[in-house]
Amino acid sequence: MRGFPLTAVLVVPVLVAAGCGGLGSDRSDALVTMGFGLPDEHATARVAVFREANPGVDLRISEGAFDEQQFLSAVAAGDPPDLVYAERRKLGGYAARGAVQSLDACVREHGVDLGVFREAALRQVTYEGEVYGLPEFSSVRLMIVNNPVVRAAGLDPAALSTSDWAGMGEVADRLARVGDGRVERIGFDPKVPEFLPLWAKANGAELIGPDARLDDPRVVEAVRHTTDLVARQGGWASFKAFRDTFDQFGADNQYVTGRLAAMPMDSWYINTLATNSPDADVTITPFTDRDGQVLTESGGQAWAIPKGARHPELACRFLVTMTDARTWVTAAIARRDALAGAGRPYGGTFTGNRVADERIFREVFAPAGNPILEQGVPVVLSLQDKAFALPPSPAASELVRAWEGAVNRVLVGQQEPEEAMAQAQREAERALKRVGGR
Amino acid sequence: MTVSGRESRAGLLFLLPWVIGFLAFTAGPMLFSLWLSLTHYDMLKPPAFVGLENYREALADERVGTALWNTVFFTALHVPSQIVLALGLASLLRRAGRGSGFFRTVLYLPVMTPPVALAAMFLLLLNGQHGAVNRFLGWFGFQGPNWTTDPVWIKPGLVVMGLWTVGSTAVLYLAALTRVPVERYEAARLDGASPWRQFWHVTLPGISGTVYFTVVVNTIASLQVFTEAYAMFFGARAKQSAEGDAALFYVIHLFQEAFGSLRMGYASALAWGLFAVIAVITAVQVRLSRRYVHYEGERS
Repeated sequence: MRGFPLTAVLVVPVLVAAGCGGLGSDRSDALVTMGFGLPDEHATARVAVFREANPGVDLRISEGAFDEQQFLSAVAAGDPPDLVYAERRKLGGYAARGAVQSLDACVREHGVDLGVFREAALRQVTYEGEVYGLPEFSSVRLMIVNNPVVRAAGLDPAALSTSDWAGMGEVADRLARVGDGRVERIGFDPKVPEFLPLWAKANGAELIGPDARLDDPRVVEAVRHTTDLVARQGGWASFKAFRDTFDQFGADNQYVTGRLAAMPMDSWYINTLATNSPDADVTITPFTDRDGQVLTESGGQAWAIPKGARHPELACRFLVTMTDARTWVTAAIARRDALAGAGRPYGGTFTGNRVADERIFREVFAPAGNPILEQGVPVVLSLQDKAFALPPSPAASELVRAWEGAVNRVLVGQQEPEEAMAQAQREAERALKRVGGR
Repeated sequence: MTVSGRESRAGLLFLLPWVIGFLAFTAGPMLFSLWLSLTHYDMLKPPAFVGLENYREALADERVGTALWNTVFFTALHVPSQIVLALGLASLLRRAGRGSGFFRTVLYLPVMTPPVALAAMFLLLLNGQHGAVNRFLGWFGFQGPNWTTDPVWIKPGLVVMGLWTVGSTAVLYLAALTRVPVERYEAARLDGASPWRQFWHVTLPGISGTVYFTVVVNTIASLQVFTEAYAMFFGARAKQSAEGDAALFYVIHLFQEAFGSLRMGYASALAWGLFAVIAVITAVQVRLSRRYVHYEGERS
């Protein structure tokens, strides 16, 4: 036993050292991804295309959601993955902060035509004229109206509009069912604070940009309008508690049960509805600004190469393959066939690549008579090139937190819209000053 | 009895693994964070020394005030309710007789629930419109509040949720209660003491060491509340569920500054601020303990 303490002393540092592994790999043929999973054929079929074309590459897909803390720690430690897959909004911020590499050389070497990518999607990953990511999926925001509920209130679902702000309150009153402190139906859910950029834009104001101000009277008006809608439908506490009971991803979702009359929503939800409740009677229309013009906001993910990645050439080859139109079509066919095998319709794949979408919806799209898809997909396609996107900012997270916090304070009655947005503007200015951004 | 030099060296060697671990994983990071608190550091560029600027900013930060108030308010509700309920349950357990082992296990089982699962479960149970808690209250004619969405009720709701893990404190009290000498109760009864006076003058002094320990530990844990509140109000559902700043606890604010805004320097300053608050509160508790805590064999 005399030697034991010495052994312990020697073993501990070895164990400590062994526990200090990173995310990247030193092997020359290894390619490590982060934030990307393989949930369906959209992922597996495209990965198969890459593996087939690059049999010598040891592709390691560390499945799991993107973890900002893990990613930034790895970059800071000089041991990042070779590829990162995340929301474009976040990647834009990382580009502005220097956490991901410019893809200009990669795009040039592989002859990628950036013109095939949707403008809003590309804008989100372009910082000071350089591209830092290649867009993947692309979603837009639109209106989904519950026809039976709206008709029962004596209104025309197709005529339900977000343009007439003065009249929306009365419409919400007619559609909502609130009594005795309990909400039994939401008439119109404005989806704030997360949809504030859309409402502000509908009123002619930007939230991020050189001239953008969060205390802009038009932003304040958008906050007042949307929070008033919530207040008159039972107030935030009851409204939100009721909304939390929605079985959003199930067959008994809020449209089937009649618990919601209308709301703006991300376009991916059309596929969810079509799959889980194909007989739901809904109207899918564009969101409109106060002048009645079609307005939508773009969202989605992108691939990027972190600063300090060990295999940038391989990573470049991977992200070019994954976002190429032919790869997307291969994945779409695989997805359609898999769904057909399960007796389900294929609602198409909305990508950031315009050429891919054209081929997918011309050659592969198979709605199988599903009324939600047949009605909704053309609307989504018509909106894709009309979308706006928040530009990248090095202080994006702080700005979003500032305006969402402000809207929340108004929703719960802590502050008036003017006061809340003035505080948000002060917070935004401090954040921008710290990072030297706009 | 004397300790030889050889034994002393062996003792130190046995301690060394822990000392290395402490230096590497506790003292080292603490000193590093103290240095970082004097810098601007976003993880992507090297730290830039700024002196006490982060501390000055923390003092002026509106959200720090809100977060600190929320945290102290939560602690003030959470710690007493934990202790009172745990003591009540421990007293009942002591009388459980043969079934005490079974009940001890049942009482402790909820402590094993992962915090995030607990948060998800309580979001459903505490839902103000259709939650089981309000349905239960409804049987008695009460209309329960919106526990998870009304800013006034969010912290009390979290306190209610915190009682789910009361078992860990209760088993400590049970152990302490069994150590109170029976003779003291007999003497008290002979003197005509009521059950309440027995509790106040015999039980409580007898378990005061354990009560003191649980007060200190629960206070520190409450001041660092994070996981359940973050999972309920700031995690994946964050954009849909942040209810004003009612659930913005100090460590959540610290986490947001560190990993949302990449302000490691400022977050480190906030961490040292919390360390100072905990140190002051613990020092007060230690001072009060000299007056109210009694240990076996101690001269009064």
